[in-house]
Amino acid sequence: MNYWRANLLILSILLSIWFLVSFGFGIIWSEKLDAIMIGGFKLGFWFAQQGSIYVFVILIFMYVFLMNRLDKKYKSKKED
Amino acid sequence: MVAQLLTFIFVGISFSLYIGIAIWSRARSTSDFYIADKGVNPIANGMATAADWMSAASFISMAGIISFLGKDGSVYLMGWTGGYVLLALLLAPYLRKFGQYTVPDFIGTRYYSDAARLVAVLCLIFISFTYIAGQMRGVGIVFSRFLEVDIELGVIIGMGIVFFYAVLGGMKGITYTQVAQYCVLIFAYLVPAIFISILITNNPIPQLGFGDQISGTSTYLLEKLDRLNVDLGFDEYTSNTKSNIDVFFITAALMFGTAGLPHVIVRFFTVPKVSDARKSAGYALIFIALLYTTAPAVSAFARVNFIESVQEVEYENAPGWFKNWEQIGLIAWKDKNEDGKINYSAGDALDGVKPNYSDELGRYGEREVANKPDLNNSNEVYIDRDIMVLANPEIAQLPNWVIALVAAGALAAALSTAAGLLLVISASISHDLMKKTLMPNINERQELLFARIAAAIAIIVAGLFGIYPPGFVAQVVAFAFGLAASTIFPVLFLGIFYKRLNKEGAIAGMLSGLIVTASYIIFFKFINPELNTSDYWIFGVSPEGFGFFGMFINFGAALVVSSFFKAPPKNVYELVDEIRQP
Repeated sequence: MNYWRANLLILSILLSIWFLVSFGFGIIWSEKLDAIMIGGFKLGFWFAQQGSIYVFVILIFMYVFLMNRLDKKYKSKKED
Repeated sequence: MVAQLLTFIFVGISFSLYIGIAIWSRARSTSDFYIADKGVNPIANGMATAADWMSAASFISMAGIISFLGKDGSVYLMGWTGGYVLLALLLAPYLRKFGQYTVPDFIGTRYYSDAARLVAVLCLIFISFTYIAGQMRGVGIVFSRFLEVDIELGVIIGMGIVFFYAVLGGMKGITYTQVAQYCVLIFAYLVPAIFISILITNNPIPQLGFGDQISGTSTYLLEKLDRLNVDLGFDEYTSNTKSNIDVFFITAALMFGTAGLPHVIVRFFTVPKVSDARKSAGYALIFIALLYTTAPAVSAFARVNFIESVQEVEYENAPGWFKNWEQIGLIAWKDKNEDGKINYSAGDALDGVKPNYSDELGRYGEREVANKPDLNNSNEVYIDRDIMVLANPEIAQLPNWVIALVAAGALAAALSTAAGLLLVISASISHDLMKKTLMPNINERQELLFARIAAAIAIIVAGLFGIYPPGFVAQVVAFAFGLAASTIFPVLFLGIFYKRLNKEGAIAGMLSGLIVTASYIIFFKFINPELNTSDYWIFGVSPEGFGFFGMFINFGAALVVSSFFKAPPKNVYELVDEIRQP
């Protein structure tokens, strides 16, 4: 089933980014990133308290965009 | 006095608005009552979801907790927003496609089993009541501090309002009042944050302001905060103190728990189309992010302001808010070194942590406490973390109308969440328990009546929780997320992404996740709280983060048990194929 395959591919790419910015940048490598300063923010601290949230919002809208395109491509019929 | 009058006016106006909306959007059918007849615009649903989600805990407590925890507090910020990505990508569109009324509906149908449905109802009711108890406490605090009415009366007024629009309007009434409540609460959160950001850093955007220089100096705010913390014996504000593994698990438990919370999931049943469910999750997260990215800024500003306005100040000259909150019982001062000045530093001020006030006044007019001072440190101040957001405008000496606005916002946050929770409780009782299990012959009008009765009873129980708060409220919050992550999320996820999972597997998964997670939390929180340190935790994971572990137990048990029993019937395969198509 091609539609489902394409859907799973989109999911795995977006969820990898989700994992990377929160668990990766915000927790696992957070202290290493703290060596970099952006204005008054240590970078790891910024990802943990700000950056990861912005990326989450972008991810959902990317998903909306990609899935709408996929829906159109497979011309699935509208449901109720 | 003026502040109090303004608070009455603000709260009065917002309450009349909610009632007006409730009358305008009465529910006429069960579909109206449970899912607003699938007629909610995705942006409106996004706002309603945001108000539903952001509770008294998000509005009142979160920034205060982060203010005291510093970087460790990030678990709440990431955990309570990251869950929406999971919800949007893994659950919401498919469950909307399924198109029924409740979360147990899906579990009961997908696993062709009333037993699975009942286990889900049980988990759902437990999770929701845990949550409501916290909301009602929030309502009580706001009423007693800002309106100076008794907590009991405050809770009863709050219950009356929720009763009115939840019982009358059902999901439809709740949705449109939540839209109004979102507007009130976000305005109330942002206005003081922007004011304080301008005062401290001259930057009107709090998200940028707390990374900026303190106005008139070249010192960054966070740099100063790190130094203040270290000087007073705390850890640096911007550094971790918890172990990475524990932070990882807590964040994950909160994320997967968020995605498994029934009152949030059910919001996506109310939009017209599958594509709307996706879009709506995006809008919801934008509206939530507006508060969640402001919160850490509020935390940092509040911490600096708090330390600077009380440290080394003589009690007799202490600011008014300090004494007001002392009257409410959320601040206490014990003059350990008898110099008449307030000394704040790391460590517990009092033996037994929480103050136990005697009726007498101390030498400087402070409320005397019966606790012995904790002489292992020199800290003299007990302060409840919950007051930071509420007291913040006073601490920063903002105008009275801002203080009134914050009170109205906190009430909006608490009431909107309470209403959403009451609705899922009433729907699971009238729909899943009555209509689908015990009394399948009732007609729609009778079902609607049951839903209203169930909502009314749930409100009364919730109100009793608020008036006689069980001492364990704070401890059981870990439960709500842990159980949602270890019971509901895995069966929903596998139900969509793994067709072969049969009812035996699903029930085994839910029960094992429930038992393992609940035992771990009960052991450390209730039976042996003195052992609740990282030395005794399994893999160094605290009870708050154990739900993530429980989730894997659930997955494992479900897959193993499932393989021993026969595959689900053909119509289940067809159902799953069906929901995978948009």
